[in-house]
Amino acid sequence: MSDFLSQYAFILIPIVKVVILVFLVLTVDAYLTLLERKVIAHIQARWGPYRVGPHGLLQPLADGVKFILKEDPLPQGVDKKAYFFAPFLTLMLSLTSLAVIPFGPDITIFGHKTYLGVADVNISLLVLFAITALSVYGVALAGWGSNNKYSLLGGLRSSAQMISYELAMTLSVVGVLLMAGTFSLKQIVEMQHTGNLGILGWNLFGFSRDGFGFTQIIGCVCFFIAAIAETNRIPFDLPEAESELVAGYHTEYASMKFAMFFIGEYTAMITVSCLSTILFFGGWLSPFPATWTFTHYLPSVLLIPIGLWVFFDGIRYETIFGRIILPAIGTALTVIGVVLARFPAINEPIQGPFWFLLKVFAVLFFYIWMRGTLPRFRYDQLMDFGWKFLLPLSIANVVITSAYLIWRMNG
Amino acid sequence: MSAVLVIFYVLAGLAVLGAVTLILQSHPIHSALSLILVMVSLAGLYLLMGAEFVAAVQIIVYGGAVMVLFVFVIMLLNAGEEEHTSFSKLARFAGIPLALALAGMIAAAIARSSAHLPAPAMSGALTSTKRLSMLLFSEFVYPFELTSFLILVAIVGAIVLAQREGN
Repeated sequence: MSDFLSQYAFILIPIVKVVILVFLVLTVDAYLTLLERKVIAHIQARWGPYRVGPHGLLQPLADGVKFILKEDPLPQGVDKKAYFFAPFLTLMLSLTSLAVIPFGPDITIFGHKTYLGVADVNISLLVLFAITALSVYGVALAGWGSNNKYSLLGGLRSSAQMISYELAMTLSVVGVLLMAGTFSLKQIVEMQHTGNLGILGWNLFGFSRDGFGFTQIIGCVCFFIAAIAETNRIPFDLPEAESELVAGYHTEYASMKFAMFFIGEYTAMITVSCLSTILFFGGWLSPFPATWTFTHYLPSVLLIPIGLWVFFDGIRYETIFGRIILPAIGTALTVIGVVLARFPAINEPIQGPFWFLLKVFAVLFFYIWMRGTLPRFRYDQLMDFGWKFLLPLSIANVVITSAYLIWRMNG
Repeated sequence: MSAVLVIFYVLAGLAVLGAVTLILQSHPIHSALSLILVMVSLAGLYLLMGAEFVAAVQIIVYGGAVMVLFVFVIMLLNAGEEEHTSFSKLARFAGIPLALALAGMIAAAIARSSAHLPAPAMSGALTSTKRLSMLLFSEFVYPFELTSFLILVAIVGAIVLAQREGN
């Protein structure tokens, strides 16, 4: 048995990782919709989902059941191949792109050193861009195959938008690549590790490589805006502008096929947040100098008060179900916090993933915040902004960064 | 049969399948999709030879940018099903024998050369992205810059043509 395991470890470990990752990501997707609805509701001074489970915690489950049980009608005159293929393609590509994301440094489990991600490829950034390039087809085919003028318009808008912003997105990363000298996301993060400079070593501030780097603030802003356009989110969600196009490219989709687009969009959001974390915010690195070992207790410092608050807030909840569930969650969080504080053997390996997830969460929150704040662009404004502002700005970033690097190398 | 060989046959089979369906499909969009399948399988074959940068660029440029424009244009023109016309006389009498002859020639050439085919010399020479860019910016810098100049001319030409339409 152990012979078999060790012989086929190279294929078994990735399969286990893929299963865990897909399970986690789909759960996170589901709760991201809840978080989005809650945050936007509070921005607009509403409560948001509140009925299904305490604080609406079971709402994603109810949504999932609804998606499965809904009728899935086939509209007349659709191009069947394109119509059925498009949602699968969207979901498949967005889940595939997560395979090359490193979620933390290498960890050792049961004496086996492993990479905290599915695949450690030395061209992982290019793989991500390749997948982004292909993901246009999901939207374009859905729009064209649905035999609906709103879908077609949405699909066309989306293809044009994605091609336009792909350029700016790719160019905005060049500055980081010039400093890192590699396409591997793992090495890009390791390059930002400066020991005692902490947060200043991140590419955003650019003191990596003993102060040799150049700040990538311009690149970061360009990348973030272009990424929002690539994922078709507000303020760039013209492909599905409901006041003009009903629901754009997915007007004719219902039930699970609509859910596939939905999950695809949220997974793409997660991927892009992970990518901007890795490229500009130091990935899994702590923002504090390496000598400040007391900052390793931060996960506990965060978890215990949140857990206690959920506990004491939960025992006064309106429903009995909530009065059981919420204190249970609070207790669990507190216990995890205490365990982490008591056992450094468990605390040390989770430092990397903790910072990574915290940063990704912050970026995702920013995404939702923007959706709650900004109005939608007009189509010509979108194109003008992409081609006349974002693209020149990212090219300028490439020129400035390379000039600075050459000057530092020679002088 | 080694794993590499299995992957090779799967990818090569997909590429051939895509190429055949490209011709057999009656709708332009389906043909374009088949062509994308060919491009992606070719990228897989490059990856198998260790040319990872070329593989990624194959998908980004051909699978992504170029084919998106194809699909885009087909959608904008709203091209419908192609009509099957009857064979022209030339195609009926000369086409099939010529196609067979060409296939025979290619098969013969492959059969003759495969006996003393050198092993793919990809390991080291062109594989790594760094080496590739070194070559591109030192030895082949003039062809490289000329190509970019050619593309620039094409872009300016496209803008001029579009502008004339507007006026």
